Amino acid sequence: MCETEPGVRVRLRYDEGVNLHRPPLSECAPEVESAGATLAVERLHLWRGQRHVLRGLGFAVHGGEFVHLKGPNGCGKTSLLRALAGFLWPEEGVIRWRGVPVSEDRDGYAADLAYLGHENALKGDLTALENLRFSTNLRTRTDDATLHRTLEELGVGRQADLPVRVLSAGQKRRVAMARVLLSGATLWLLDEPFTNLDVAGVADFARLIAAHAARGGIALVTSHADIELDAGRVRELVVA
Amino acid sequence: MRTRPTSILRASVLVLRRDLALAFRRWEQVTHPVVFFLMVATLFPLALDPKPSLLADIAAGVVWVSALLSSMLALETLYRSDVDDGTLEQLTLSGQPLAPLLLAKTVTHWLVSGVPLVLAAPVVGLAFGAGDASYGVLMTSIALGTGVLSLIGSVGAALTLGSRRGSVLLSLLVLPLVMPVLIFGARATDLAMHGEAAGGPLWLLGAMLILALTLTPFAAAAALRISLE
Repeated sequence: MCETEPGVRVRLRYDEGVNLHRPPLSECAPEVESAGATLAVERLHLWRGQRHVLRGLGFAVHGGEFVHLKGPNGCGKTSLLRALAGFLWPEEGVIRWRGVPVSEDRDGYAADLAYLGHENALKGDLTALENLRFSTNLRTRTDDATLHRTLEELGVGRQADLPVRVLSAGQKRRVAMARVLLSGATLWLLDEPFTNLDVAGVADFARLIAAHAARGGIALVTSHADIELDAGRVRELVVA
Repeated sequence: MRTRPTSILRASVLVLRRDLALAFRRWEQVTHPVVFFLMVATLFPLALDPKPSLLADIAAGVVWVSALLSSMLALETLYRSDVDDGTLEQLTLSGQPLAPLLLAKTVTHWLVSGVPLVLAAPVVGLAFGAGDASYGVLMTSIALGTGVLSLIGSVGAALTLGSRRGSVLLSLLVLPLVMPVLIFGARATDLAMHGEAAGGPLWLLGAMLILALTLTPFAAAAALRISLE
């Protein structure tokens, strides 16, 4: 499952015995193509400037799995996620999605992928609903009622018609998460999704991630906090 | 719930409509280039001898140089805010081909920054005492020329996103490439002002626009992917 070159510490921990209680699915979320969903990383080497950040990282994640990426600041978690999202070209190694190297079908891979970075990717001058309408309809045709329901589910329904710049940092994060939820993507790459969230928000996001895994999706999440999930299979990947 | 994927045409229209909505919520994006254009054009009579005969002679050149500089100024804003707030990254992950989406962004940028110049150009022409007959050619040539500028500029803007001193570098990259536009645009305007047929240079400008339309979106998409790394 996990192969690396010497000097790289990658620890994968299975918690298969955990509570298999499945939270109710979000009605708003489009179905995911879970069949054959596998993200495989083989001998990944990544340089950032003069620094050799990832040295021969390898792992595979299958549909229904949630991976918690851990590691100290600057160890390459964000670089790994950005490489998986296709922003960084690894110097060496292959990333395969459903068995096909992602460099061969970039747009097809992107359509199956949702990325939440440090930036929320929201336009401050547009309302929450307008932002969501744009980003969601770019992928699939979605009616406003669905968008409204999703915003409500994430606790920002009352802010739907406010310009995003007047929302609090946590509320912006929730709107950004609504975009991920509505993307219909199988693979979620979430970089520190819990920043600026209140306690209820962390619980909400954790529930959504668990529901996504339960539907056969894959979520890779970086976080310094311990995440408590009622998902089927939680794995920890320590990047060191 | 099953959903229907969005066609690339519809996605491009979405980008165009969003950028237009954003521009009209921030008016300075529309007004600054045209005010700058009028300011630069005003500088020439102040620096030169304001004889009506001289002004009529240099009118075509003044309008064109001012329009060129104003377009360059506006280019900086093409991708900047989208990069800063992360929306451009999301655009590359939309699962749609990037080139048509960037073309939609560039067209919107031209509608917001180029069209006001087209409308303001006859005002400068009038002030410089250019003949009435030349306004049609002046506006057509400025419309074609700013279009080419926006398209070539979109590649330059995508390339210089990563650098801190982007705006200077952008001018150094783009200005040499758009010199043919200046030459033929000013020539067409000058011919029309002297009551001669301006068809030749105008057709050449049109050819440049078509060439830029077909090639630059792909170059911009490739440049953008490099800059986002």
